[in-house]
Amino acid sequence: MDNIRSKILHILRGNARLSDEQIAAMLGIAAKQVAAEIAALEAEGILIGFSAIINEEKHDPNAVTAIISLKVSPQFESGYGVIANKIAQNREVVNVQLMSGGQYDLAVTVKCDNFREVALFVSDHLAVMDGVLSTATHFILQRFKEKGALFPSDADDERSLVSP
Amino acid sequence: MNNLDYEKILSDKVKNVKFSGIRKFFDIAATMDNVISLSVGEPDFKTPWAIRRKAILSLETGHTRYSSNSGMAELRDEVCKYMQNLIGVTYNPKNEIVMTVGGSEAIDIAIRALVNNGDEVLVPEPCFVCYSPIVELTGGVSVPIVTKVEDNFKLTPEALKAAITPKTKALILPFPNNPTGGVMRRGELEKIAEVLRGTNIITISDEIYAELTYGGSDLNKHVSIASLEGMRERTIVINGFSKAFAMTGWRLGWVSGPEPILTQILKIHQYAIMCSPTTSQYAAITALSSPEVRSDIEFMVNEYDMRRRLCVKSFNDMGLTCFNPEGAFYVFPCIKSTGLTSEEFCERLIKAKRVAVVPGTAFGASGEGFVRVSYAYSLKHLTDAFARIEEFLNELI
Repeated sequence: MDNIRSKILHILRGNARLSDEQIAAMLGIAAKQVAAEIAALEAEGILIGFSAIINEEKHDPNAVTAIISLKVSPQFESGYGVIANKIAQNREVVNVQLMSGGQYDLAVTVKCDNFREVALFVSDHLAVMDGVLSTATHFILQRFKEKGALFPSDADDERSLVSP
Repeated sequence: MNNLDYEKILSDKVKNVKFSGIRKFFDIAATMDNVISLSVGEPDFKTPWAIRRKAILSLETGHTRYSSNSGMAELRDEVCKYMQNLIGVTYNPKNEIVMTVGGSEAIDIAIRALVNNGDEVLVPEPCFVCYSPIVELTGGVSVPIVTKVEDNFKLTPEALKAAITPKTKALILPFPNNPTGGVMRRGELEKIAEVLRGTNIITISDEIYAELTYGGSDLNKHVSIASLEGMRERTIVINGFSKAFAMTGWRLGWVSGPEPILTQILKIHQYAIMCSPTTSQYAAITALSSPEVRSDIEFMVNEYDMRRRLCVKSFNDMGLTCFNPEGAFYVFPCIKSTGLTSEEFCERLIKAKRVAVVPGTAFGASGEGFVRVSYAYSLKHLTDAFARIEEFLNELI
């Protein structure tokens, strides 16, 4: 983590709501330099966007997130790209990743309003897709850490309010 | 019916010791809900996992007994290697180091080993709360030396010379400093050493925040006065695992110095404490020897450093002039522009905005006009608190 670029990304990973001025203060550089670096990271397609870390189940107890592992047959010329992109078009799909290991090929994360929607999405959209050989659906039951953030518990800060 | 007169029974020395100003402020904060605290003197990070794992293993394998009085031999070896590395001073692990119950015990037994009735101990202020009470309990006289913001809260040779009398037994050197964040660089320590070399004054250098010294170059790294020419023999160095290793609850520190002093210190430790906690000692061996822990520490120091810069800028932007601290994890902004005393400022801030910062006066009378803000908190916590403090300041006008 030696260059400014890596340092900015490190700070943004932890908290993307800090202003350019605040990030600049933390790194001892000018706010203009932070703005320019962030613009360059975006232009180069390294910094894709800024999103919130949400305790989804707390927000909507019926909401369901599932990770679906897919075995697919790669296609001539495009390999896994075309099918992965097709899957990614669906609104309920949050992540699509090509995985190593051989057990399965694509890991697809979907977020739906309820269990039934997940089941229907798998049976009506994924399983029937050309090239999809098999699916296995894993529901997220509880979250402990997301994007580096621990989910708060009552024991989160057990320190005394004031200490020497 | 209880007809004992405790006032007559209790020790005068103990009764005369005042409760810390921190405690008074804690009592106020504890009655309120939803307080955002910036008042702790301990890391927000948990102890690195490799250290915790070693402690668990030591328990699982049944290492639950006393260690030797001065601490496990393997740990003392590691600490001496660490000291060699950190401050470039060699101590004999056999008789020049004692593992203590935190830096606090180390301060206590170092002072007790030196002070006779009426001896004076010089204490640069503002500073951590325990030095003067321990000096007084030992029968000594605590002599404050005020450090000033215009000197970057450093001890100056002039102030030191002015405070020395024939009764001066010891100088406490608490740098990097809690609460100011001030540090003493090599050149500044040289000047202090020059004053001390010709005397019988022993320096008790409390270097618990040594690893939390900020700045890019090697020149900016922590320097111990013990490493300067002619100073090792007149210096007791105190350090521990609480701050840099995020091990406050483990209660483990050490005191090191010349053999004739350490031999006497060991007697007090032996009778009062027996030995420091064995589980903590096993964990500490890993803390010092594991490369994984070293990288965890570098990570933490880097996080503190970034927060430090943000804090300084945020307070200066708010109009509370903030000295640029180069050590520990505190900033010490000046609140004189509000027209309030430190205590008034803190009480009104917590009542109006539920933000707890500690009055500078909790660290000595010379802390008047300042408040201590700890940045051992997440960025979100800090920025939320700053927003509230800014509202508070705007409403004051």
